[in-house]
Amino acid sequence: MTATATFDKGGPSRPVRHGSMSRDRTLALRWSYFFLILFVLFFLTPPIYMLITSLKTSGEIAGARNPWWVFDPTLLNYQTLLTSPEFLRFIWNSALVSVLVVAITMVVSVTAAFALSRMRFWGSATLATGIFLCYLIPETLLFIPLFKMFAVFNQLTDIQLLNKWYVLVIIYPTLTVPFCTWIMIGYFASIPKELDEAALIDGASYIQILTKVFIPVALPGIIAATIFAFTVSWAQFLYPLAFTTSSDQLVLPVGIITTLIKGDVYNWGQIMTGALITAAPPLIIYAFLMDYYIAGLTAGATKG
Amino acid sequence: MAQVTLNKIVKMYDETPAVRGIDLDIADKEFVVLVGPSGCGKSTTLRMIAGLEDITGGEIVIGGHVVNDVPPKDRDIAMVFQNYALYPHMTVFENMSFGLRLKRVARAEIQQRVENAARILDITELLSRKPKQLSGGQRQRVAMGRAIVRDPKVFLFDEPLSNLDAKLRVQMRTEIKKVHQKVRTTTVYVTHDQVEAMTLADRVVVMNGGLIEQVGTPNELYHHPRTRFVAGFIGSPAMNFIPCKLEQAAGALRILLPGGIAFAVPADRTARYRDHAGRADLLLGLRPEHITETHRNIDPGQQEFQVTLEVIEPMGMETMIYFQIDGVEVCGRVNPAAGAEAGQPMQLLADLNHMHLIDEKTGLML
Repeated sequence: MTATATFDKGGPSRPVRHGSMSRDRTLALRWSYFFLILFVLFFLTPPIYMLITSLKTSGEIAGARNPWWVFDPTLLNYQTLLTSPEFLRFIWNSALVSVLVVAITMVVSVTAAFALSRMRFWGSATLATGIFLCYLIPETLLFIPLFKMFAVFNQLTDIQLLNKWYVLVIIYPTLTVPFCTWIMIGYFASIPKELDEAALIDGASYIQILTKVFIPVALPGIIAATIFAFTVSWAQFLYPLAFTTSSDQLVLPVGIITTLIKGDVYNWGQIMTGALITAAPPLIIYAFLMDYYIAGLTAGATKG
Repeated sequence: MAQVTLNKIVKMYDETPAVRGIDLDIADKEFVVLVGPSGCGKSTTLRMIAGLEDITGGEIVIGGHVVNDVPPKDRDIAMVFQNYALYPHMTVFENMSFGLRLKRVARAEIQQRVENAARILDITELLSRKPKQLSGGQRQRVAMGRAIVRDPKVFLFDEPLSNLDAKLRVQMRTEIKKVHQKVRTTTVYVTHDQVEAMTLADRVVVMNGGLIEQVGTPNELYHHPRTRFVAGFIGSPAMNFIPCKLEQAAGALRILLPGGIAFAVPADRTARYRDHAGRADLLLGLRPEHITETHRNIDPGQQEFQVTLEVIEPMGMETMIYFQIDGVEVCGRVNPAAGAEAGQPMQLLADLNHMHLIDEKTGLML
């Protein structure tokens, strides 16, 4: 052995126990499992508790037995809710609002993102930054001025928007459009410029470039943005709480707490059932489109 | 008929000029290559012809019509990009027919034109594949197919071979030349590779700093460069430039090189250089292939000199030799059998029949 070899850390002349690489790896894996299990417990306990409670009668919930076990399982809560016209109305309102909001959001944000990322015009960079800044303003700051705006609008035009489900279709895009536009700008930026130039030379108009090239190529990004818009509008709580009050105009999250809590009587079984039913659609959508969602969100990182 | 004429074309990016007033006439069916180092304005010029860049000044005429304000799709051009720019979600057939479908050409005609182009490029069996299932060379063919199918007035190529490996590049170069011989469409081709320019072009346009240095056939540029830039850019390895002094000596002219080497100027060039006798601000330009090993039958224009070799690079059919003349590295090309050896002195032969004299200040050939 030469003298230099003793300083060579990776060299075979150094005494090695177990192989340090794999020991490091085992240690790292142990810690990751530890934290993963911790997070799983932390995040899965509430839904499991909801599921357990939803299968109980009011009597069993009130009883002082082990709350983590169902002794007399029943589907009564599900049956009651899914046959209640009021609750079905909430589902219908939620679905209607969400679908319309997603549609409006995607039309606006995809076209806006295309214009901002490709059709360089005066002020486009400032506008793009401005859109992102919009997203940073919290809704808790916005709902009072928005409410005031609709009240004034009502006075001026006699058109009543407050306490109508469709007011939510107007308001939700203020949350969804900025973020979706931002996602789509990022996604469109990852499409090489030569692709639209080739299409331009092939004789495509800007609308055709968008519909025939950009939308098909950016489909993962569009799906990610759609899921986001759907989740935001489906789960939104503050705006519907402030803007809608009549029970036939309510959406699910607000409907559950306003109709199932009567005074200080909490109908826990139905509340938990309603919450589970509400949580199901986004969960199902995520499960099916998860791969697209991740591909969409990381597009800039891997393709840029 | 599709001539392309550029009249005093200028392109400014804010205050920075990219193209500074160039004039160029491209004849119908001609294959013209724009070549130059990066940033010389060649791609910008091509993109202005395509209509992808606004023209700051001057006018571009394609087939008799000024197209300055005509959008790209109405210029009847087709372009092949460096990264191919194939539509990733479409099959090869859809990629090639995209332009025709937008123009609402009849289905049967589309089918026929695509198949025809596919046959020319030998990609018939790839028509149903998606771009990601193709190799680099195949993608390049499809990009060319997309251009051919549209039967445009002008083909524009923007460094189409830069993304290919060396072997494939040579192969595709021949392919492009064959295709041009078959379809005879006026072609403007941009590259930074002078070998590509020389092998493909009917005429080469050498650009530098937003201006045209010289336009000519590959042979003209090689044998009669007008500036030092063209002389150095065309040819590989590059021409040697050695500072020298021109002296009058008893009716003849003599070139004095710094290391004490002196060459007599061939008699047929004396008249051309006589006015510059006595100047010391000149460069002697001599290509490596005109510095060879010495042999028995020496022509009048050829002269022997001796140097000590520094580096030798055997290439198989020839050996490149490098030596210094007073600090200036000079390259020569000798027969592998000549026995060149690094560190050893060698008797060489300079063929002054092919010499160039360059004004060092203006960079112009004398």
